Amino acid sequence: MSSMADTPSVKLALPSMGRLRGLGMGALGIAVLLGLWWLGGWAVANDPDMFAFADFAPAPTLSALWDILRSGEVFAMSGPSLYRVGAGLLIAAALGVPVGIAIGRIDWLRELTNVPFQFLRMISPLSWMPIAVMVYETWDGAIVFLIGVAAIWPILFSTAAGVRRIDPSWLKVARNLGANPIHMLFVVILPAIAVDVLTGIRLALGVAWVVLVPAEYLGVTSGLGYAINDARDTLDYARLAAVVVVIGAIGFALDYACAALIKRFNWVRDSAH
Amino acid sequence: MISQAAYATASAKPASAGIRQAVSRGAHLAVMGLGHAYRKSDGMVLDDINFEVRPGEVLALLGRSGCGKSTLLHMLAGLTLPSRGEVVINGNTVTEPSPKWVMMFQAPSLYPWMTVAQNAALGLRFTRRGHEIAKRVPEVLELVDLASFADRNAQELSGGQQQRVALARSLATNPEMLLLDEPFSALDAFTRRSLQRDVRAIARNLGLTLVIVTHDVSEAVRMADRVLVLDANPGRIAEDTEVALDEMQREGGCDRFNAEHVRLMDLYTRVAHGDPADASDDNEQY
Ligand SMILES: Nc1ncnc2c1ncn2[C@@H]1O[C@H](COP(=O)(O)OP(=O)(O)OP(=O)(O)O)[C@@H](O)[C@H]1O
Ligand SMILES: [Mg+2]
Repeated sequence: MSSMADTPSVKLALPSMGRLRGLGMGALGIAVLLGLWWLGGWAVANDPDMFAFADFAPAPTLSALWDILRSGEVFAMSGPSLYRVGAGLLIAAALGVPVGIAIGRIDWLRELTNVPFQFLRMISPLSWMPIAVMVYETWDGAIVFLIGVAAIWPILFSTAAGVRRIDPSWLKVARNLGANPIHMLFVVILPAIAVDVLTGIRLALGVAWVVLVPAEYLGVTSGLGYAINDARDTLDYARLAAVVVVIGAIGFALDYACAALIKRFNWVRDSAH
Repeated sequence: MISQAAYATASAKPASAGIRQAVSRGAHLAVMGLGHAYRKSDGMVLDDINFEVRPGEVLALLGRSGCGKSTLLHMLAGLTLPSRGEVVINGNTVTEPSPKWVMMFQAPSLYPWMTVAQNAALGLRFTRRGHEIAKRVPEVLELVDLASFADRNAQELSGGQQQRVALARSLATNPEMLLLDEPFSALDAFTRRSLQRDVRAIARNLGLTLVIVTHDVSEAVRMADRVLVLDANPGRIAEDTEVALDEMQREGGCDRFNAEHVRLMDLYTRVAHGDPADASDDNEQY
């Protein structure tokens, strides 16, 4: 199965650095990034050929960022994007988790679906764009579809891998003690694979967030992708860079939230034996 | 509340009997013409197994690795259905697992995302006896000496403690029979001994029928009233012998214990290293 689905969920939990040290290193990393950005901006400003792009530098960008934050425009931009990603992920999880459980449990189903699923997975979600546009009446529908197509595979494969790692004796014990299929699913299987499912969702979120922006370049008149396109058309490079920063910040926050959830649901404890 | 009143009358009898006396009578077990092959193309793993276990009897199944002990135990528990013959418990053919006869494995197989108490409560939860949890779970944890560990995560316990939780979990639904598949083999000698003693004592106090699979002769001598020695390829019963020791003698260190140990070891060695010609004669159907 795919290598990312087989990554042990434990390793994806937050690194166990000391809290302060972690914060300090994070701040230092951001400072280095800002420094490089500033250096780049300085080089561009001093290059006669690139002079027009000087607004990409930190100072104009941060001031544009402050503007869109203060005016609340940032919510108007990111709201539709978050809705599209949320809806796409929800649909992907609603399909991916049950199908993942089924192919993890049923051998012939896994054998049957393996080749077609791996084939579909390797198709860039964006290549469905023309089809999505034809099938869906609204641009929103098409974008949600594209995100769903991108997000379903990590969720499905991670869920299936989690189900296959379930200790068979957990199922035997439950059967022996009188569990019905509902018990089996909600008391044994779902808690056992919670971390795998969340890990899949975290990977899916990363892919969805990447697919979102190019998908929003087309048709729609809202969202972060549209805001970037719009800023480019009006040559407002400071604003464009500010939107890029917003995209990065929201993506980081969402990923961090997923990691925190994974940590919360991870039942593996450090043990002496 | 209606349920509370109903519960009070329903629980009156067992409560007055007390947990260290016979709450449940042991199951009667009969195995008739049992045979099993995992695949049609493979040979029989077990063949022509016939035996009976009295209610409250402790039976050990002794045999070398791969002779089909675990397979047999799974079929007694109803977790695997035999290709031939039947398992009859209290007069009824076993067709599915039941919380009335509970199997325990070499690994404790606790659910690591649950506390000790939640693990012990599972059987009651699954069988819609949730209202008994508050009373019954502390009782069984007390029985296995883990009362103070109720709210710990299952992973925070030692291997022996985890196996005790598994025992408590198995006992919570008042089963009539326990089926143990080498449950102590991963433990150190001291812990193993104390669990062997405790499990036998609990089973006898509750009147449970106990079937224990082992390849350890001293475990069979310490725990069992009767020992079946299994042959391999296919697994058959080669010897059926009583262990005539009282509870004191089972502690070991006396001549009676040593004599029984030597006798059983002899039987086991003879069966385990039996004349290969014997085995091929037995396979005349192939
Ligand atoms: N699920 C299975 N599918 C096919 N063959 C199996 C399966 N489980 C066990 N066997 C085979 O059946 C035979 C008996 O296995 P079993 O596990 O019952 O032995 P055992 O006596 O419990 O051995 P041990 O003492 O090592 O636990 C072995 O030859 C094994 O290879
Ligand atoms: Mg075995």
